[in-house]
Amino acid sequence: MIIPGYEQTAVDPRAALEARFEVEAFHARYCHTLDTGDLVNWVDFFDEACTYVVTGRENAEAGLPVGLIYAEGRGMIRDRAYAVKHTQMYAPRYMMHMVSNVLVLRASTEEIRSVSNYLLLQTLVEGRTTIHQAGRYYDTFVRSAGSLLIRERRCVYDSDLIANDLVFPV
Amino acid sequence: MFSTTDTVIHPLGAATKEREPAEYVWPAAGLTEVPDWIYTSQVIYDREVERIFHGRTWNYVALEAEIPKANDFVRSWIGPTPVVVARDADGSIHVFENRCAHRGVEFCRHSRGNNAEFVCPYHQWSYDMRGNLQGVPFRRGMKGEADSGMPRDFNPAQHGLRKMNVATRHGVVFASFAADMEPLEAYLGEEITHDFDVLFKGRQLRILGYYRNELPGNWKLYHENLKDPYHATLLHSFLVTFGLMVAGSKSAMIADPSGRHGTMASAKPADVTKVVDASTASQMRAYRTDLKLEDPRFIDFVPEFESPWTVTMQTIWPNLIVQRELNTLGVRQIVPNGPNSMIMNWTMFGFDTDTEEMTRHRLRQGNLMGPAGFLGLEDNEAIKFLQEGVRRSPTDIGILKLGGTTEGTATTLVTESAIRSMYRHYREVMGL
Repeated sequence: MIIPGYEQTAVDPRAALEARFEVEAFHARYCHTLDTGDLVNWVDFFDEACTYVVTGRENAEAGLPVGLIYAEGRGMIRDRAYAVKHTQMYAPRYMMHMVSNVLVLRASTEEIRSVSNYLLLQTLVEGRTTIHQAGRYYDTFVRSAGSLLIRERRCVYDSDLIANDLVFPV
Repeated sequence: MFSTTDTVIHPLGAATKEREPAEYVWPAAGLTEVPDWIYTSQVIYDREVERIFHGRTWNYVALEAEIPKANDFVRSWIGPTPVVVARDADGSIHVFENRCAHRGVEFCRHSRGNNAEFVCPYHQWSYDMRGNLQGVPFRRGMKGEADSGMPRDFNPAQHGLRKMNVATRHGVVFASFAADMEPLEAYLGEEITHDFDVLFKGRQLRILGYYRNELPGNWKLYHENLKDPYHATLLHSFLVTFGLMVAGSKSAMIADPSGRHGTMASAKPADVTKVVDASTASQMRAYRTDLKLEDPRFIDFVPEFESPWTVTMQTIWPNLIVQRELNTLGVRQIVPNGPNSMIMNWTMFGFDTDTEEMTRHRLRQGNLMGPAGFLGLEDNEAIKFLQEGVRRSPTDIGILKLGGTTEGTATTLVTESAIRSMYRHYREVMGL
């Protein structure tokens, strides 16, 4: 599925390779941070003017804007991190992200756009590990002080029927 | 029917609460006690499908805004039963079983779409947008071959899809297996109709999107949850801390005269600290003075309704929740999925008059609700925990004693009055 703004453009092969390494390194740090339950530092992967939306494929394909999580700006990201960590009631669980097939769609000195597949595994402490979401990250990164920050991350999951709820961010 | 993942392990030695039909007897204490088997028994579940979802009820099936044009359709459910909601060329809306009259194939596989006819993929029987049988391939058989095709007396008019009774109100579509249902307004009652109309009357809806989740709990627990203002003021930090619904604020738990429907209503105070005194605060662990929002926009309220309430959560028996939580609006369809599970189909919407900023406000506020919402996920977790408790433990009674034995509408949040009303109605219908 292709969503507007994430079409493949002509990218110089060497630039694409470099951008891919940067994005893969970003994913590794981002997922490690979430998978270790470090919501405080998760906030720092986002640009101040970011958009972060988690939504089902049906919505994305129909151009419907709703998000399971819908954040405009880093303030809302921080509010979610605080709420999940300190105020929300839910059963204990472990999350693990597997990210692959990083495809660079655009790359310039200012911005990278890419799409990557993700699997989000959930392990409830009393249960077996399940695939909680199979989805794609549609990412727009900007550079800040030599590293990438998320300007836009759209997490579009194929797994339309959610097993009860989504507690932690994707 | 549906299943996501086994979130509940079948424990060794789980206490079965199945019993002989004659042994399903409600506790002598009456409505202040609820037997666990109403949440866990297949026998009871089957009776619920027959007497409630397939009985004398109006079931939510769709919003008209989803099927604005001729030949639009959506796939939907009445109880666990798959149906199709279709708009015919003349604009009329029809609801029929999603089950081919020939061999029972669930023929419609797309959530929504537009077509002039439905064709069963197995043997290509075709139906119009009203569910009438239009075509049967080789109905007359192969020319010159004996015993080929349908019998001469086969009458297509008698082999259409099973059609449901349909009612609409301000763009919301309901259907019933019962052909002689009372009008929807009489079914809802005056008070429930009033708060329903506050949201829908005179509005054109704009669909913002969908969520779907499987909730590993009995379907009645979702009704109970929204007829239980006691939990609202204890479980949800976001409701309490920001005054969306908090003990001390102006609120009501409205029940219709039949007891089956409800509206949980609350008015957000200008300053929550003025209504929550130290004694109230000390009893609410969820009241969190440390919870400060860096971006408070998503709990803003933009007045847009003629109502004293900023929040109304309506439970419309047996399968609809109408959410008006500040400015985040939606309907939830409950699809029962066996005694231990339900599917929730969420449709979020705004109005066609919304500005771009108002739409974004609704989307931001949507973080409160849904399967990842600050309120929504806590309810889902609590319902799951309850189901696991009643499934696994040999104890078999829950209690509903808040507010004594009162039933019906209450103006305190510390009551289970509306749940008792619901179970009075339930027991009558179920013969329990």
